[in-house]
Amino acid sequence: MTMDSKNRMIDVQDVYFKYPHNNENESVVALDGVSLHIEKGEFVGIIGHNGSGKSTLSKLLNAIIFPTQGDVMVSGLNTKDHENLWTIRQTAGMVFQNPDNQLVATIVEEDVAFGPENLGVPPQEIRERVDRALAVVEMQAYAHQKPHQLSGGQKQRIAIAGILAMEPECIIFDEPTAMLDPSGRREVMETIKRLNRDKDMTVIHITHFMEEIVDADRIIVLDKGKVVMEGKPRTIFKQVKRLKEIGLDVPQMTELAYELRSAGLEIADDVLSIEEMVDALCQ
Amino acid sequence: MLKDVTIGQYYPTGSVIHKLDPRTKILFTTAFVVMLFFLNNLWGYLATFVILATITLLSKIPVGYIIRGIKGLVLIIMLTVVLNLFMTPGTVVATLGPLTVTLEGLKVATYMALRLIFLVVGTSIMTLTTSPIDLTDGMEWCMRYIPFVRRYAHELAMMMSIALRFIPTLMEETERIMKAQKARGANFETGNIISRAKNLIPILIPLFISAFRRADELATAMEARCYRGGENRTRMKQLAFEFRDGASLVLMFVMIVGLYLTTWIQIPLLFPV
Repeated sequence: MTMDSKNRMIDVQDVYFKYPHNNENESVVALDGVSLHIEKGEFVGIIGHNGSGKSTLSKLLNAIIFPTQGDVMVSGLNTKDHENLWTIRQTAGMVFQNPDNQLVATIVEEDVAFGPENLGVPPQEIRERVDRALAVVEMQAYAHQKPHQLSGGQKQRIAIAGILAMEPECIIFDEPTAMLDPSGRREVMETIKRLNRDKDMTVIHITHFMEEIVDADRIIVLDKGKVVMEGKPRTIFKQVKRLKEIGLDVPQMTELAYELRSAGLEIADDVLSIEEMVDALCQ
Repeated sequence: MLKDVTIGQYYPTGSVIHKLDPRTKILFTTAFVVMLFFLNNLWGYLATFVILATITLLSKIPVGYIIRGIKGLVLIIMLTVVLNLFMTPGTVVATLGPLTVTLEGLKVATYMALRLIFLVVGTSIMTLTTSPIDLTDGMEWCMRYIPFVRRYAHELAMMMSIALRFIPTLMEETERIMKAQKARGANFETGNIISRAKNLIPILIPLFISAFRRADELATAMEARCYRGGENRTRMKQLAFEFRDGASLVLMFVMIVGLYLTTWIQIPLLFPV
């Protein structure tokens, strides 16, 4: 282990992961030699087609599963060492796709308290953490509600508060907006971006929606268990053809610019948002 | 039909009874239920009625709401009454064809009916005045003092609270599946009992599959949030015995002893002792 990986939030070193296959002795390779690293305070988007290994990767980062080969280091701790397990899960929190299947308690504030209760935090401090976490996701008004009375977006914000109350250094979002309607998606994305911007939280955002990561610090593209592209959103998204080949979309405006270019119009190939499109067209 | 069952529902009014520690209420209800089966004359049932009526008034829960809870059990109560009425041997007071009503039968039937009604009312007052969370917390605490159960106190309480959390979710899901199957031409309203039961299969199978999937995802999410059983776990909300709990415990003790003393009364009320 180099000094470098000590300071890194997450360091994935040449990781392979095989799922045992049902009946025969074959196994399915979900990750095929993945190396990547995430620095503290970064906002990294991870995209990939279904079966590209992105969910497997997210579970490896939270020590829910362990690499078949290679090492995953979280804040300098190897997920393979059993004594690190709880520290890693506390350091790298995880928000899942289905809001209904990650809320445990019958009352919102009790659910937010679930994580710190598991960590054995003293009651008075749990109370403070819960209030703080609910304030960050702007859900204080719902503290005494029942989870099933909330909208999908609100449930996801409660799930985020539940992770925040554990005071992690990094949060992994595994397609948190996939089951939400557009307004819920906006609520959740605003919360995630605010966490990264104001609270300096390291965010790893796995998603199908390209618009959500146009202002990420970095994007990692996975395909068939391998990292195939990595870089700034602008440099990734302008490779429209390559992304389409591996079954991925690009942001709407990037696609429009691409179509306009192929129709012969002189326009930049790295347009990401509507504002940029307006600027590019009005020149 | 499901709306009529008041057992297990919570009815917040903020009354004194609501504010009592769940442990106080669990303790009293347990002692009360046991006591019910010792009562052997109508004086005792009269006293029970007075106690329950006072508690109901204090709890500010509408009487009609509590009575509705008994309605769901009418069938069981009727069955008990009829069986006891005709099946108890003794002094015959009336004959109805091949059936005979005895004085002893009349007595046992009345006692059983009252016992069941008071049992339901007593326990539903507890659940109506205690939020599910408090109830599970209280039960977890009580289970810690029961040998053999002690080891699983936390797990049992966790299971109960997860069940409570998922009841509304699974109800919604059932409704959704029913609508989906109806849209595909399923019929749940007509036919005899057997064909109706068969028609439930297309609802139950998807419901089970989804419940297992949910359970799997929930378990992963709980582990990701560092859940590792009850060891070293703390709670945000601590149960706290207050002055009113101490006072209620004393009152409770007096009431239970009072109820026990009624079994010594030798003056007949309606039925000979």
